[in-house]
Amino acid sequence: MDSSRFLSASVTELKPSGIRKFFDLAASMEGVISLGVGEPDFVTSWSVREACILSLEKGHTAYSANAGLMELREEISFYLDRKFHVNYEAEREILVTVGASQALDLALRTIINPGDEVIIPEPCFVAYGPLVKLAGGIPVYVSSNSNNGFKTLPGQIEKAITQNTKAVLICSPSNPTGSMLSRKDFEKISNIIKQHDLLAISDEIYAELSYDEEFTSLASLEGMRERTITISGFSKGFAMTGWRLGFAAAPAPLLQAMLKIHQYSMMCAPTMSQHAALEALRNGEEDVQRMKTDYRRRRNYFVRSLNEAGFPCQTPGGAFYAFPSIEYSGLSSEEFAEQLLLEEKVAVVPGIVFGSSGEGFVRCSYASSLSQLEEALKRMASFMKRRQHAGAQWKTLQDF
Amino acid sequence: MKLNEKETEVLEILEENSRLSIDSIAKMAGISFEETEQIIHKLEREKVIIDYAATIDWRKVEGHEGVTAMIDVKVAPKRGVGFDEIAERVYRFKEVQSVYLMSGAYDLSVVIEGRSMSEVARFVSEKLSTLDSVLSTTTHFILKKYKHDGRIFETGEEDKRMVVTP
Ligand SMILES: Cc1ncc(COP(=O)(O)O)c(C=O)c1O
Repeated sequence: MDSSRFLSASVTELKPSGIRKFFDLAASMEGVISLGVGEPDFVTSWSVREACILSLEKGHTAYSANAGLMELREEISFYLDRKFHVNYEAEREILVTVGASQALDLALRTIINPGDEVIIPEPCFVAYGPLVKLAGGIPVYVSSNSNNGFKTLPGQIEKAITQNTKAVLICSPSNPTGSMLSRKDFEKISNIIKQHDLLAISDEIYAELSYDEEFTSLASLEGMRERTITISGFSKGFAMTGWRLGFAAAPAPLLQAMLKIHQYSMMCAPTMSQHAALEALRNGEEDVQRMKTDYRRRRNYFVRSLNEAGFPCQTPGGAFYAFPSIEYSGLSSEEFAEQLLLEEKVAVVPGIVFGSSGEGFVRCSYASSLSQLEEALKRMASFMKRRQHAGAQWKTLQDF
Repeated sequence: MKLNEKETEVLEILEENSRLSIDSIAKMAGISFEETEQIIHKLEREKVIIDYAATIDWRKVEGHEGVTAMIDVKVAPKRGVGFDEIAERVYRFKEVQSVYLMSGAYDLSVVIEGRSMSEVARFVSEKLSTLDSVLSTTTHFILKKYKHDGRIFETGEEDKRMVVTP
């Protein structure tokens, strides 16, 4: 019997993540240098790990309140205020979730009626589209362009708006491009969102990792707080991916609705992770800054070296990804990633998995030791050399 | 001396790993090769950068397992020169790795490295204790080094991430 007939239509229609396919291939090989990871290469700060151990010793192993430990929600509220100048009330406007991932899922399920459209600038995090679909909505992708550093253009968002548009999902600094919107960019986008009476979902998971400019939280802009769901977490800035801890902040009516789903589907986020997060917020600033300094230096090194090696790449303002062009190889991003992996044992992620405007690019994470980055660059350069001839031909064809 | 932001950046990068090429340092700091070279030469000249050294776990090298001792030394300071003169007489010995003037129960903390315990013992009894102003010494042998100058000797923290993740 074919048990697949039991599957729901929405799951059947869902395509497996392009990253997954690539993961299986890379995992089957030995000695791979990986630039394919979307997580910090730092282990969580010792004081955070210590706080978790201590909480276990004290026997904090029960459920917490559905919305999360009150202490933690208060601390998150202080944190958002202190760092990003947004004001959320701990009791009714903050929800502790199982990663930013769950917060995204909750936000979308809370607002979407069947057929509602959500505008998503791409290239974007692989989960956005599928989460919108699983919530019964329709993802409407807006492409961005390498010429302007993969910044979402307000005009393009405006063009994509229809009667069915419910929300705009924005991520800055971005996975996979590392591009960052300035306060001015955000102002223009928020004007459109306000004009068309839409909701904004702002994925701020990389907020702590912005290197050149101050990070702007969308909800801090005039008139945006009441129409924004802010999503963030501990995975990236605090190097706590495996702890599965994130949070959402939104005006009470929205947040309380998200809480309704959360209490049935998840009960609460892991209690020990919540205790760890408390320590991270209270005493983690120095470690966050130390990691950030390190990423910034590696970014500078990596991006300049990529450009030297024949991979044109703009300097990304945040996160820990570089998104170089592979145009001169004459290969598609999937071909490039696969052949680079097989021939040189370097894993990068094909840009196409993040959306059609990611074609012609690959995502390289520079959250790796400098010696690994050096070696990866060497291998990528020699791969590119071998391809350059084909690339030159391809380019002239294009030019005609 | 007062350093600018770029100079401080170069110093921090070098302190982390002094073996990096000038090219890598320049890229990490986001400045040109020539400027990086100039900064490093200047800081060497000014003795801000004193030396380039490696942190080595000699216990792992056959025939090189040395012993390290920390010695608390009480001294009688001399008029006019205080502790400086006796400190210099101590730090000039090649066996001495470091010398610190301390507050509290004793005056100088002296770190000695030798090939064997008896070598260290000989140094203390024959050279250190016999110095004029030395009143007493207390020797502590280091049994194992876990962390030294900010470097953890064995962290067990290798990369445990999957090869590709979102
Ligand atoms: C843009 C973006 N949002 C959300 C997430 C998920 O983060 P979390 O680990 O908190 O679920 C990621 C992880 O890669 C991401 O890149």
